[in-house]
Amino acid sequence: MSGYTEGIIILLCINAIAAMGVSLLTGFTGIFSLGHAAYMAVGAYTTAILTVEYGVHYIPAILLGGAMAMIVAYVIGVPTLKLMGDYYAIASIGLGETIRLILENWQSLTRGARGYPGIEGYTTLYVSLGFFAVMAFGMFNLIHSRFGRAFKSCRDDYIAASLLGFNTARYRVLSLVLSAFYCGVSGALLGGFLSFIQPIMFDMIKSTELTSVVVFGGLGSMSGTLIGAAVITLVTELFRPISQYRMLIYGAVLVIIMVLRPEGIMGQYELGPRFFRMLKNRFTKESSEKEGEPS
Amino acid sequence: MMTATPKNVVLELDNLNKFFGGVHAVRDMTFTISRGELAGLIGPNGAGKTTIFNLVTGVYSPDSGHINFLGEDITFLKSFQIIRKGVARTFQNLRLFPRSTALENVMVAMQQHHGYSFGEAITHMGKWGKKEREIHLNSMDILDRVGLAERAHQESGTLPYGMQRRLEIARALALEPEFLLLDEPAAGMNPEEVNELNDLIVGIHEEFNLTILVIEHHMDLVMEICPHIICMNFGAKIAEGNPDEIQEHPEVLKAYLGEEVEE
Repeated sequence: MSGYTEGIIILLCINAIAAMGVSLLTGFTGIFSLGHAAYMAVGAYTTAILTVEYGVHYIPAILLGGAMAMIVAYVIGVPTLKLMGDYYAIASIGLGETIRLILENWQSLTRGARGYPGIEGYTTLYVSLGFFAVMAFGMFNLIHSRFGRAFKSCRDDYIAASLLGFNTARYRVLSLVLSAFYCGVSGALLGGFLSFIQPIMFDMIKSTELTSVVVFGGLGSMSGTLIGAAVITLVTELFRPISQYRMLIYGAVLVIIMVLRPEGIMGQYELGPRFFRMLKNRFTKESSEKEGEPS
Repeated sequence: MMTATPKNVVLELDNLNKFFGGVHAVRDMTFTISRGELAGLIGPNGAGKTTIFNLVTGVYSPDSGHINFLGEDITFLKSFQIIRKGVARTFQNLRLFPRSTALENVMVAMQQHHGYSFGEAITHMGKWGKKEREIHLNSMDILDRVGLAERAHQESGTLPYGMQRRLEIARALALEPEFLLLDEPAAGMNPEEVNELNDLIVGIHEEFNLTILVIEHHMDLVMEICPHIICMNFGAKIAEGNPDEIQEHPEVLKAYLGEEVEE
């Protein structure tokens, strides 16, 4: 396999892990965030500092990067998740930028805006595939469990959820903390892939991209999120040779999806029997409607 | 534990008051519901019936007064804590999860009594399989009981209205409550459906050993099934008793039929 193909697969894994985290929060718990790149940054810097300064082995370092992102998310989440809907989305922009600016200005620890060089290239093909496989396994299991149902009920109607005995505040924080872990690990892998990280890599544009991948794939569909992450990553990578038109194509893909399938590629369905049943019903319904049209 | 309430009292409201701005929505409300009762709460539109349900289930906090459930003060507990003590309710305006199937709607309530750990959830090992099967089977049983087993895999938002009402009752039953609050279960139903609903409510009352408090507009439904009726108007209790007493009570007649004008 050429280095380039390998690189794309690694990047796919990294983006898919972060997108799964955001999907849990946005698609399944109904909390829109526009600051999740900050958790990637926390994970990336924690892991970089641990491996470079303290010589920690990269696997515990990556996990500690994810754990650090969880801690930051918990501290932020407990007071701010009282905000509902759009209000949290606005707050999350500010929170994300704050974390990025702290990293940029904490010169002694992060070397500031010049970036953090010399990270060991630990993110090989197998490491990234391994992390992706384990984390995808955990995530799909989680959404097909009592926790998945609890998250979805908090998303659909939080008053009804609390009157079914769910501590909705706790589930919202749990969802944020787990999504931060996924983003933290993703950021840590990105650092090991590029060997160099810079605060500007984790700005609002990256955050928006994460959320748009989830919306693109379908809110409330984990397999849709993976498809979305793959499409967006491939579109931006495959058209690198014509880089001046890259963002144009990226924009066009998003617009086409919005027009043709406003609910995202998969809607709320997983890639499974129910999705195909829904497709079948839709096509039979459309054709019968056409037949029934008065001539 | 020493409490003032005798053992067979399930719910006790003690001088409950609630204001919405200048509106005195609930006024010095005091009543008790005993174990095993099927009680009715009636009154004209805007009398404050649903507000009482919201106060009991912790959606609102009262401005004064106390609510005791099974001898325990639940006045300022949060909704989910009250539900976990054995209260369940339905809503006047349905609050199902419309994009989930009927079965999923019941399972989400059923899982409260069939827990497993987070580790088991992400690995699907340990108790996960056994507990999920229990949740699934028990939920199907309840759907079967309310006559919705055939619709289990249909999205609940696409069910006919009467079925959605029954699904909400099924979801409340899945919480395995001791005390069930039904908020206008017959709203928007035709007479035939109301009859079926009567049978369902009386049936589950006996079968599940429940204490039920039902808000109703359809006087015939309440008169037929509830031996204990509380009537309220403008936030205050105006009468309490059995159907015969209520039907003849002058205050009730005044509230429902209007006041006679003295010549």
